[in-house]
Amino acid sequence: MKNKEPESVPPKKARNWAPESEEVSDEELEEQTSGKPKSTLFDDDDDDDVNGFDEMDEDDVDSYDDAEGDAYMEEAAGKIEIQIPTIEEVEKELAENPDLANVQARIKDIAFILSDFSNRREEGRSRSEYLSIFLKDLTTYYSYNEYLMEKLLHMFGVTELVEFLEANERPRPVTIRTNTLKTRRKLLASALIDQGVDVDVIAWSKVGLVVMQTPGSVALGATPQYLAGQYLLQGASSFLPVMALAPKSGEKVLDMCAAPGGKSTHIAAIMKNTGMIVSNDVHAARVKALVGNFHRMGITNSLITNMDGRVFAKKMPGAFDRILLDAPCSGTGVISKDESVKITKDAKDIQRCSHLQRELLLAAIDSVHKYNGENGYVVYSTCSILVEENEEVIDYALRKRKVKLVPTGLEIGKPGYIHYRGHKFDPNMHLCKRVYPHAYNMDGFFVAKLKKLDDGPRIMVQEDTTEETAEEMEETEQKEEEQEEEEKKAKKGKKSGNALTGKKVLTGKK
Amino acid sequence: MRTLSDDETALVFTKLSKYIGSNIKSLLDRSDGLYCFRLHKGRVYYVKEDVMKVAALLPRENLVSMGVCFGKITKGKKFLLNITALEFLSPYCQHKVWVKEASEQNFMYGNHIYKSGLFRISDNTPKYAGVVVYTHNDIPMGFGVAAKSTSECRHANPMDIICFHQADIGEYIRNEDTLV
Repeated sequence: MKNKEPESVPPKKARNWAPESEEVSDEELEEQTSGKPKSTLFDDDDDDDVNGFDEMDEDDVDSYDDAEGDAYMEEAAGKIEIQIPTIEEVEKELAENPDLANVQARIKDIAFILSDFSNRREEGRSRSEYLSIFLKDLTTYYSYNEYLMEKLLHMFGVTELVEFLEANERPRPVTIRTNTLKTRRKLLASALIDQGVDVDVIAWSKVGLVVMQTPGSVALGATPQYLAGQYLLQGASSFLPVMALAPKSGEKVLDMCAAPGGKSTHIAAIMKNTGMIVSNDVHAARVKALVGNFHRMGITNSLITNMDGRVFAKKMPGAFDRILLDAPCSGTGVISKDESVKITKDAKDIQRCSHLQRELLLAAIDSVHKYNGENGYVVYSTCSILVEENEEVIDYALRKRKVKLVPTGLEIGKPGYIHYRGHKFDPNMHLCKRVYPHAYNMDGFFVAKLKKLDDGPRIMVQEDTTEETAEEMEETEQKEEEQEEEEKKAKKGKKSGNALTGKKVLTGKK
Repeated sequence: MRTLSDDETALVFTKLSKYIGSNIKSLLDRSDGLYCFRLHKGRVYYVKEDVMKVAALLPRENLVSMGVCFGKITKGKKFLLNITALEFLSPYCQHKVWVKEASEQNFMYGNHIYKSGLFRISDNTPKYAGVVVYTHNDIPMGFGVAAKSTSECRHANPMDIICFHQADIGEYIRNEDTLV
């Protein structure tokens, strides 16, 4: 789980945040059995901006390797040990009078200790104690709620978490997408440069431009080029799901959660205004932006609808060649855009999102027609990085419908998790792509591409229950809920993912 | 959603012909499939027939837009062109007005075009003809009505209005909520 650890550090130590001993053993087992995908998971992120923590850590790790630096570090570690107060003291300090500089220093210290725990720790203090102090400090320093911070820590490990949090404090670069229906990237770039806007091309995209600098006199959202629909302001990571969807001319494509239309208009542009794109969004107010953008960009083959995406499975089953489901999510990948995510999202929100996402994804799969050579794809994307909203949702769909994961065709992004904290997902889950703000300087994103193999629900053979025993209570609860849902669906017949059953399950749980 | 009645069709086509003249034919006979005009919630949409057929399957209240919105038919039975129609007006229009760079913003904020801001005007534009307005580097910006013919423009004073403003692309930002 942890990046930037050289091979010399045993993987067991790389990630060990676990309040219960049972879990640790579980993880160890996992690391041993599936060492390969994990160790390759975060190897290649040297290209990101390195911040203070980062540099420190890398240096430490380097010097840890050679004996000379080792002694020095031992000494340094010895000094640090004294500085870490007990959890009670930290709690008291944070409650009464938090001194941010002090907290920051302590974050660095603990990150340092945890990076080589067995050598640097203070005798008699457990890792979990260090970690709970670390967690408390981080939540205070970056003002997150504890639930989210804990989730993130589980996911990233100590070093990468700090990088991630730092990346969330910085804004992402402004990127624009050329509307190929109206102009070409080269022409647009030169037109913008004429106005004094400093732009550069995005290497991995044919239509993307990144804005380096804008003069004060130019508002990028109000230039004649913008108003004439030659470009759209769009985050670079929003290109990814559309590139993964790879629509072809003449196809029928549905964008289930389309507003404000960045991805939809991208799809239409790739299809060169042939075929049909149905853009739907459930929020009437946001649909207005969709209408504006579509007309501005000169898209003529569109249908814009305002309804619940789940309805498509009933109204138009099997009607589409490709579906993009950019599901509503908690937004944990775009914290730099919306800071409120830090404190507002709790377990309930995540669960609610996850539930809706599952229903939408099943509805999407039912709305796409089955594979006939070229067609029958669903691309699922979220701007969340949590496993609950991504891999778990995909895994659920894989169990409920006859679909399989296929490669997204994207060059960037890290593979999805096959194993995550006692969960075992589909072995093809590595085909999903995860994008992190600290690794690519883009918004956090998740993209998965599913191919529909056949209509109807998948009847699963009962899976072995051994995995379940090792899982946390939370997860078993969720599984139970899923099973409950499955039973209801079985009763209701094929097209289930509707609001009614969903609500019943939710209220039943409360 | 329904087809336009004969009266409405006449209304729409007369208005369109002021801008694109006989090019209306090219809107209807297209090489890439059948296109049609449909009325939905008082708005006139120009849409490909296959797309329209799918739209017919959807509940009326959920359908927000299809194809391109050309304009609305008012309660007083007038047809008003929307800025969204620019997509099809600009390639077919018969009379054009180009605006100087300095006056582009002025027009995009909903003002008329004065002689001082006029860059070029196509020859033989009659008075009160429908014109499409372009920036100095040929980006369509909106449309309006020529207040003076081309010959009159030559002798006009700098503050004389050359083109009455009807719609401009600034509306995408200004009136996003009431666009369609």
